[in-house]
Amino acid sequence: MRIESEAGLRTLQAAGIQKLKPKQPRIAVGLATCGAAVGGRKVYESLREAIDRAGADIDLVTVGCIGYCREEPLVNITIPQKPLVILHRVSEADADEIVHSVMDDQVPEDKALCRVPSWDHVTGVVMQYGKGFANIPLYEDVPFFAPQRKVILRNAGFINPEEISEYFAIGGYAAAWKALHGMQPEAIIAEVEKSGLRGRGGAGFPTGLKWRITRDAPGGTDKYLICNGDEGDPGAYMNRNEMESDPHMLIEGMIIGAYAMGLKNGLIYIRSEYPLAIERLGTAIRQAREYGLLGDNIMGTGFSFDIRITRGAGAFVCGESTALVASIEGRTGRPHPRPPRLTDPEGGLFKKPSDLNNVETWCNVPAIVANGSGWYAALGAANNTGTKVFSLVGKVDRVGLVEVPLGTTITTIVFDAGNGGANGKKVKAVQTGGPSGGCIPLRLFDTPVDFESLNRAGTIMGSGGIVVMDEDTDMVDIARYFTGFATGESCGKCVPCREGLKHTLLLINRIQAGKATGKDLAILQEVCETIAATSLCGLGQTAPNPVLTTLSYFREEYEAKVRP
Amino acid sequence: MDSHVLDTLIARYEAEEGRLLGILSEIQEQEGYIPHDLLLMLSEKLGIRLSRLYSLVTFYSFFSLQPIGEHVITVCMGTACHVKGAEAVLAALEQHLGIEAGATQDGKFSVTTKDNQFTVTIARCFGACSIAPVLSVDGNLFGYATPENLPAILAGYGWREHAD
Ligand SMILES: Cc1cc2nc3c(=O)[nH]c(=O)nc-3n(C[C@H](O)[C@H](O)[C@H](O)COP(=O)(O)O)c2cc1C
Ligand code: FES
Repeated sequence: MRIESEAGLRTLQAAGIQKLKPKQPRIAVGLATCGAAVGGRKVYESLREAIDRAGADIDLVTVGCIGYCREEPLVNITIPQKPLVILHRVSEADADEIVHSVMDDQVPEDKALCRVPSWDHVTGVVMQYGKGFANIPLYEDVPFFAPQRKVILRNAGFINPEEISEYFAIGGYAAAWKALHGMQPEAIIAEVEKSGLRGRGGAGFPTGLKWRITRDAPGGTDKYLICNGDEGDPGAYMNRNEMESDPHMLIEGMIIGAYAMGLKNGLIYIRSEYPLAIERLGTAIRQAREYGLLGDNIMGTGFSFDIRITRGAGAFVCGESTALVASIEGRTGRPHPRPPRLTDPEGGLFKKPSDLNNVETWCNVPAIVANGSGWYAALGAANNTGTKVFSLVGKVDRVGLVEVPLGTTITTIVFDAGNGGANGKKVKAVQTGGPSGGCIPLRLFDTPVDFESLNRAGTIMGSGGIVVMDEDTDMVDIARYFTGFATGESCGKCVPCREGLKHTLLLINRIQAGKATGKDLAILQEVCETIAATSLCGLGQTAPNPVLTTLSYFREEYEAKVRP
Repeated sequence: MDSHVLDTLIARYEAEEGRLLGILSEIQEQEGYIPHDLLLMLSEKLGIRLSRLYSLVTFYSFFSLQPIGEHVITVCMGTACHVKGAEAVLAALEQHLGIEAGATQDGKFSVTTKDNQFTVTIARCFGACSIAPVLSVDGNLFGYATPENLPAILAGYGWREHAD
């Protein structure tokens, strides 16, 4: 079953298309963690029973999540020659109706969210479904999807993440073939550099440059390539969806990176809160090995590389590079000052030079190799190329995962895609970047979401969580919440972070209790600035951001709570 | 878990990467906590000092040294859940289960009810923020939790409202 020729890959692709667009109708239930939790699992089971009861010739499969979480459970239906139709808010009670409609080559139109006549899977295949169902809105006319551009979530919600054949169907592993058979490692690194891809883990470091440094470091092939799947920011869940909905996209990106850097050891570090991501990636890795896409002599090229999964154990700070390495080595996850960086000769995992990139960073790589750096660089904004997935959550009407080109404004994300506040409430602010980020007030919502603009506004991109706050949200409480979080997650190694955050929390508690004075606000500001300036790692350096931004943008809320 | 089972568990981790945390996580998952005698056994089998194992088990919040109740309830206190009212859900949960108010807040230790039926703990985010507030019972996620719908969720795990 090993893939050793391009024709072999194409045969597998053809077989995969038979699964994605079979001769009989196909019903697919969105079963990522969130879909399963709101009843998707029961919908799947009742569809299974309904199909059996009717004796219908219908395929029933599991797919990942297309990101419109508010509308879950989502079910999509493929009837030959017809557009793919996405049904929303499906319940168990709908199963018989759905099955009977599908048996008549119809869909229950009152349950339809939209239709998809064709879908661009970005890495080479545009899947043509068909015509019809003119009464059902087009995908691109659904307001939540309209501003989006799916590059990373190109397959999420369409393919079965547990079936490598469906990944072959949409052109999967063709980019790896192209890279390993047709490109020199140096040329791949140059492409990634020219694409302008910057790390999606928060700091925005140029990915191609990091690869080059790792490749040039001494140590032969015995270096590590690590995928950071810790996703510690509460409120951010795009990495979970990427791993659960399209695990092979991540694996393919890692294979290309490993070949470019010339190393043989791969690791994916996943937080233990994500059991389904761990399970699906485990399955995907096993399948990739069966097809000779991991292991020795990949695709018959003589190149060898394999991936293992390691699990986190519930510590936010372990997303930080040096703490992550300590954790994989079986130590407590306490950061150390850099340099040495992971890419340095003695600085990485088990003292070997190591490249660490975020899940989403890896997911971009097959698209860049397939379409070229010029295509990628044309997406997004200057110096902030490509798209980014944001999790739009909190008090927003349409919660879900929104993928837009970098440089899109907050207004577009929160109002065009998200439709503003939930329950008709007025939106007041968004919080980006998790515990390291800050709050941006409504009046600055024309800020483009890119690494630099967010920094200028006092916050960070982080991993892409956008938590919406409305008129009822107490901004001092938000500052207290994040300070409490950071206090609990501080590893305790350096004094400014360990002690400073504790005092920050005490000060905010005093403000909340109505016992503080204006002088305390000045002290609060000073303590926070000191922590930011003197902490050892990114956790402490950025932990005061929620306080500092609320102090500056929502000062009146603090002042209303203090005595003169 | 006896010595033999522990041996087979250890044997599955032939690679050094992620070995210690992997083994400890599996003990936590199978036993529900990390029993002291297993930690001692592990220390001997791997030739790693007990103090080092303790420092791991107390640093990472996934591990617990205390035995747990029949059902484990984990309430998400992540940002999305916080702004959607997770604190009120946790407070209501404490009240229903007769746990001292605020006892579970700091997240370092879980709290178990006197009848050993429920253990309550908090999490930082399940990545299910779209259906916030979220809680999990024995690993099953429940979205859109409210103080009002809590009794129905708990009843599914044998909880009954006391008459008093
Ligand atoms: C406290 C702290 C937590 C972090 N958590 C994560 C995380 O959960 N996921 C992640 O990819 N990067 C995280 N980072 C950033 C990583 O240190 C690192 O920059 C990143 O994984 C590099 O990948 P990239 O270049 O692809 O962005 C964190 C950093 C800090 C300081
Ligand atoms: S914040 Fe609660 S699930 Fe993410």
